[in-house]
Amino acid sequence: MTLEKFANWEGTVDELKGLVSERALTGETMMLNMGPQHPSTHGVLRVLLELEGEEVVNCIPDIGYLHTGIEKNMEYKTYEKSIVMTDRMDYLNPMGNNLVYCLAMEKLFELDVPPRAQIARVILTELTRINSHLVWLGIGGLDLGVTSTMTYCFREREILLDIFELVSGQRMMSTYFRPGGLWRDLPDEFEAAVRHVLDTFPAKFDDYENIFVGHPVFIDRTQGIGFISAEDAIAYGLTGPMLRASGINWDIRKAEPYSSYDQFEFDVPTGQHGDVYDRYMVRFEEMRQSLRIIEQGLNMLPDGPFRSDNRKYVPPPRSELGRSMEAVIHHFKLWTEGFRPPKGEVYVSTESPRGELGCYLVSDGSPNPWRVHFRTPTFTNLSALAKLSKGYMIADVVAIIGSIDIVLGDVDR
Amino acid sequence: MGGISEKLGNMGVVTTTLEQAVNWGRTRAMWPMLFGLACCAIEMMSTQAPRYDASRFGMELMRASPRQSDLMIVAGRVTRKMAPVLRHLYDQMPDPKWVLAMGDCCSCGGVFNNYAIVQGVDEIVPVDVYVAGCPPRPEQLIHGFLTLHEKVKEMRWSDWATK
Repeated sequence: MTLEKFANWEGTVDELKGLVSERALTGETMMLNMGPQHPSTHGVLRVLLELEGEEVVNCIPDIGYLHTGIEKNMEYKTYEKSIVMTDRMDYLNPMGNNLVYCLAMEKLFELDVPPRAQIARVILTELTRINSHLVWLGIGGLDLGVTSTMTYCFREREILLDIFELVSGQRMMSTYFRPGGLWRDLPDEFEAAVRHVLDTFPAKFDDYENIFVGHPVFIDRTQGIGFISAEDAIAYGLTGPMLRASGINWDIRKAEPYSSYDQFEFDVPTGQHGDVYDRYMVRFEEMRQSLRIIEQGLNMLPDGPFRSDNRKYVPPPRSELGRSMEAVIHHFKLWTEGFRPPKGEVYVSTESPRGELGCYLVSDGSPNPWRVHFRTPTFTNLSALAKLSKGYMIADVVAIIGSIDIVLGDVDR
Repeated sequence: MGGISEKLGNMGVVTTTLEQAVNWGRTRAMWPMLFGLACCAIEMMSTQAPRYDASRFGMELMRASPRQSDLMIVAGRVTRKMAPVLRHLYDQMPDPKWVLAMGDCCSCGGVFNNYAIVQGVDEIVPVDVYVAGCPPRPEQLIHGFLTLHEKVKEMRWSDWATK
């Protein structure tokens, strides 16, 4: 309530007591509003900055401008229908959100996923990771004044979106993963399209790295900025590239492998300094490691079924609907009424491009989930913003927000 | 039309009305506001990016300040917390101004029929063009741009005062 008043310039600084320092109350330091409409907040984040000259004394993130009520809405849909909501949560990582929700359902239902679907899920999730990092790189470049990278990154991203469209029919909100496997089999053109990515992307990543690393302005604006130590990073609960840039080797794909990640060989890049520069470098390297995983996945992609044949949860294939009346009835029941899973609660965590993405799912035996909660990485990572930006210049706040890689849909849900 | 314009046409002279000339000018350099809310904002950026290249239509110059923009593309879901801010931004834009509702969420609420989302941005600002899709493809957004241009070209002298 106090923050809302402040937005309309009705409130006084007195009402922010406790959030800002004593010096703001006497007018010694200045309060500055940034956002929610600001080109560098990556969406609708609002930050209240307490400044002494150009130096940031304190910063208070104000979130909730994109609170969509996704978790509540999912309680009103059947399990299968609520998958579409997860795409729209972290909209740069739609396949990863599908995956964590499907994994939670499969753990609850004790549903097996055929190997072909598992490997395909890994390939597509890693493509999504590259897609997400490309957007982050392009927009992060814009923040730091490297404007040309945005056009390059979005050019490459279109190639990835073509693959998502090929498999699912939609560019961004694919809803391709379903409990028990995939919505449909991978098309024949899939392998050639992904091979093209594997052939062309490494040289392009090198180009981007040269643009950034060879640029003195970029070095000046990132090295030694937004430092967080390994102990603080753990204390704040940071995950993903934020944590790894501080030197902690922690990746859910390695620590608690899911969806056949244990069959893949890849390195987990870490930084040493825990500054903005290291976060950039960790993500650059992650994109290359993702290509490694995709190549292994393509080489080991087995033939066979793409979805479980457990008919309690999986509708009969379309080919059966023309021949069997029972199949039609079964299909109709599953899509209108849904299935009734056992009672229970599960928690599943995955490594999203931004960190640990977890799904906590509670079932009361009805066709709708009783409670779905997502542990989203950027919500936790954003909590360290004040810690990261204290003592730096106001222009550095832009670089720091960019390095957290926030997606407001992920923060607010 | 008729005699004089045909004659002048042969001499390399174009005659037009002030309405048409001004409206044509407005469609050639319409500056959208750099303002994204959710998923649709990513597709809006794709529209600016090389493959779809909105600068072909004079729409590439995104202004971060509402005071310099002609068009507000509401790209994404508008929450109840964001609604007053959005109206505030709209009020700050100088006339003439247009609003394009991009995507299902801000056109009608989309899949989010719940407590948090404004069921259509036309509850708070007047919308000129609605673009369907979740999110709309860049081609659809470009079609929305062109539809808006058609609308602007139809504007009359008497509309200018109210727009």
